[in-house]
Amino acid sequence: MAISRNLGNPAPQAPRRSLINDPNARAVFFQILVLGGVALLGWYLVTNVLENLARQNIATGFSFLDREASFAIGESLIAYSPANSYSHALLVGFLNTIKVAVLGIVLATILGTIIGIARLSSNFLVAKLASAFVEIVRNIPVLLQLFFWYAVIGESLPNPRQALNPIPGVFLSNRGMKIPALADDPIWIWVGLSILVAIVGVWFLARWARKRQEATGQQFPIVLASIGVLIAVPLLTWLAGGAPTALDVPELQGFNFRGGSNMSPEFAALLVGLTVYTSSFIAEIVRSGIRAVNWGQTEAASALGLHRGTILRLVVLPQALRIIVPPTTSQYLNLTKNSSLAVAIGYPDLVSVANTTLNQTGQAIEAVAIMMTVYLTISLGISLFMNWYNKHIALVER
Amino acid sequence: MSDTNRTVAPRPGDEVAIELSDVHKWYGEFHVLKGINLSVARGERIVICGPSGSGKSTLIRCINRLEEHQRGKIVVDGVELTNNLKNIDAVRRDVGMVFQHFNLFPHLTVLENCTLAPIWVRKMPKAQAEEIAMKYLKRVRIPDQANKYPGQLSGGQQQRVAIARSLCMSPKVMLFDEPTSALDPEMIKEVLDVMIGLANEGMTMICVTHEMGFARTVANRVIFMDRGEIVEQNEPLEFFNNPQSERTKLFLSQILAH
Ligand SMILES: Nc1ncnc2c1ncn2[C@@H]1O[C@H](COP(=O)(O)OP(=O)(O)O)[C@@H](O)[C@H]1O
Ligand SMILES: [Mg+2]
Repeated sequence: MAISRNLGNPAPQAPRRSLINDPNARAVFFQILVLGGVALLGWYLVTNVLENLARQNIATGFSFLDREASFAIGESLIAYSPANSYSHALLVGFLNTIKVAVLGIVLATILGTIIGIARLSSNFLVAKLASAFVEIVRNIPVLLQLFFWYAVIGESLPNPRQALNPIPGVFLSNRGMKIPALADDPIWIWVGLSILVAIVGVWFLARWARKRQEATGQQFPIVLASIGVLIAVPLLTWLAGGAPTALDVPELQGFNFRGGSNMSPEFAALLVGLTVYTSSFIAEIVRSGIRAVNWGQTEAASALGLHRGTILRLVVLPQALRIIVPPTTSQYLNLTKNSSLAVAIGYPDLVSVANTTLNQTGQAIEAVAIMMTVYLTISLGISLFMNWYNKHIALVER
Repeated sequence: MSDTNRTVAPRPGDEVAIELSDVHKWYGEFHVLKGINLSVARGERIVICGPSGSGKSTLIRCINRLEEHQRGKIVVDGVELTNNLKNIDAVRRDVGMVFQHFNLFPHLTVLENCTLAPIWVRKMPKAQAEEIAMKYLKRVRIPDQANKYPGQLSGGQQQRVAIARSLCMSPKVMLFDEPTSALDPEMIKEVLDVMIGLANEGMTMICVTHEMGFARTVANRVIFMDRGEIVEQNEPLEFFNNPQSERTKLFLSQILAH
């Protein structure tokens, strides 16, 4: 097309300039250059690794996953022994990662929201304390904070023999926190089910309350009622089952505790560290989200006679959430990725287990590939969910 | 100054809707309201004018406690405004306010904007609240926009929704803070028409505005404020034709010049 146009144009330098100076042609050229470079580098790395592996007699591929792991893992959500396979060990690590990430996200959201709102408080002391927390916490590298919490738990708590016993049955020591576990009894399954039933019940109750308000205008104390239902239903189930009180209480035997369930110092340090660090960022996001909602909105709602809580819930938060959700998503992703720092304090997360696997088998590429795939999947999952949620609340407006 | 400040008291026998006596307010060191005395009778329509920064907004915002006064007494419909939250609630339920920048809730439809307070403050069934909302949306002549969002309306339409939103609470008093000064000229009339309609129905109104045509036709009384004081007040005809104080004359010459 350029040529046909140039036929009618006698200017001699026009055709030459069009190729070198054409931004599209340039862009394509540079993209080809970059792509070629990357391909070359990739080829070099892969052949190199394959050569090295061949020299060390290590087979490539994922067949090693079925071999016996033969290393112990400090804590696990599922049954595990060193006789299990590498794939089982990696699953344990994966579940440990999920455990700390999910709990961390929930706790960081709660703590961050509270601190973010506290920074907006008209109470000078509350606002300043919250500001100080945010400024200190978010300006110290998270790895340092993990070491700090690990040291606090490991150094400041006594050994199991002198364990602190703040509540009967609960023991705090440098081996972690021991709490009584529920003794085996079929009733606990029913109590668990009844909690599910209660949650569904609360959902129906909320629907009924909304319908009734629409029909009659009467308001229903839904928050109090929900709490009541959530407590009463499991409690009644427990009473109906004969109210068993048998507990598996931790007991000191020799140098450590027997029985009960345990929260390890590594897990506690990681959870506290990630929660505190991430909550400082979420606090800032919440604060700026609420601040971004024009003050005139609150004034107009007050002038109509609405109360503070109602204004926050029905006017300010729906508008603030749209600002808060996208940056909070990246904080959730950060927390999940930061959980891989667990390896530094010895919590057996996915990276830690994969690292041990790598060292034992030499299957570097495969181990790293597994880690990357898992983190990518978790991250994409969080992103997808938060995007869906964002659309959901955006739809409320338009 | 006191000779120019002829108090036009509510006619005897008239019920008093709002009573301000010696109201003072400070923003830190800055004395915004310097002893305001004002009595508004039920059904009275008052226009407040004055230079920017003279305390007009602050004054009417004290009447529904969006601002707190530090000295003096404000009684609205027999209820004194103190720190008592019950009193503040009672006053806000009965006093509507329209803002310069509309302050509609952007995440709610026009209809939901109007039903929010009746449902949550008056505890009204939704159907009834919607019926009332539609009645007032018809009054301000935009019932067909009920299911749109504020962002989809013109400025004039938004301000009319804001008026309807206030009316849905059946207020006894309406406060207007420069309701037309953020509007394009061609939209001012549609909002003023709605306000004139309200006035004709006997609504007690306090209106901060520089629309002098509106003041002439609608107001019972025009108040001129400067530097936190009521400098002069009079019936519109007298006020415009025969201003007493130099400050009023200067202000009127500036405002009528364009
Ligand atoms: N929240 C505030 N803090 C400090 N000063 C204020 C505040 N609000 C208003 N002022 C000051 O009080 C004076 C009166 O303001 P305002 O009542 O808004 O005047 P008007 O509505 O007559 O233009 C102005 O000088 C303004 O700067
Ligand atoms: Mg003003």
